[in-house]
Amino acid sequence: MTDKQIAIIKAIQEGIPICEKPFAEAARVAGVSTEQIIEQIRLWREDGTIRRFGAIIRHQRAGFRANAMAVWDVPESHIEKFAEIAASYREISHCYQRPRFNGFPYNIYTMIHGRKKEDCESIAREISEKTGILSFRMLYTTAEFKKTSPLYFLHTEQEEGGR
Amino acid sequence: MDSIDKRLLNIIQDDFPLCEQPFKALGEMLGITGEEAVRRTKALAEAGIIRKISPSFDSKKLGYVSTLAAAKVPAEKLEETVEVINSYPEVTHNYGRDFDYNLWFTIICESGERLESIIEEIKAKTGISDIHSLPAERTFKIKVGFEF
Repeated sequence: MTDKQIAIIKAIQEGIPICEKPFAEAARVAGVSTEQIIEQIRLWREDGTIRRFGAIIRHQRAGFRANAMAVWDVPESHIEKFAEIAASYREISHCYQRPRFNGFPYNIYTMIHGRKKEDCESIAREISEKTGILSFRMLYTTAEFKKTSPLYFLHTEQEEGGR
Repeated sequence: MDSIDKRLLNIIQDDFPLCEQPFKALGEMLGITGEEAVRRTKALAEAGIIRKISPSFDSKKLGYVSTLAAAKVPAEKLEETVEVINSYPEVTHNYGRDFDYNLWFTIICESGERLESIIEEIKAKTGISDIHSLPAERTFKIKVGFEF
């Protein structure tokens, strides 16, 4: 990362202003031109450094109140197929493989968001039927103690004039 | 929230226009003026539905490491344990769940050593030893999007 790129990340990671020319504002903060900042964001979108650029929704506030982490015990040979089916649901935002641990045989994690608990249950049931994976558990969110976005390069100082 | 707001929300989660006047472009998609697109987006932010308009970075591509940790915490120690865990800026999410591993939190930081030391510190400060770090071995999907 160059100093300029780090300056751009710092200028946009906490959100761009909602106004007529938000990138001009962010560019001013980063000390680059509007064209440069838009071009850099586009490049990062293309190479996957930025997964998506857009509005982050407070889903609880928007009516999606039921959030379940469904964990699945999927044999190695079935993982690809399972993940493909699970990932096809819009209500599933995340799907990861993680290590099993003692007393916890589950290796695939899916985050399911629904307007109510039954929505999450029916999606999990459907996935279970489609994939034949019967060993799974639903862990519902009972409290949201912390939910923030990561902030990058907070302690990285750009050199004066390098911005 | 009317049908224009709903369409606006569906579009700007994934396809926020990357151009000098993105709200003007957004307005064109919705058949409204740029000023109205700004006004509606601001109202949705003020109502708390939109948290922010920002990039979601692939932390790995920025050189960061991350994990999900599962902790088994007795009810009487939950509050102080949450306080210790939340005190780390590297902890971005911390959720209570209805399971014997009842506290699940994510850590994202600049190095594997820092990650290990955060977990060790949490164990030492709270006296909770039953904490498992479960870094993703494979990522199949990360796409947060809500249909309005």
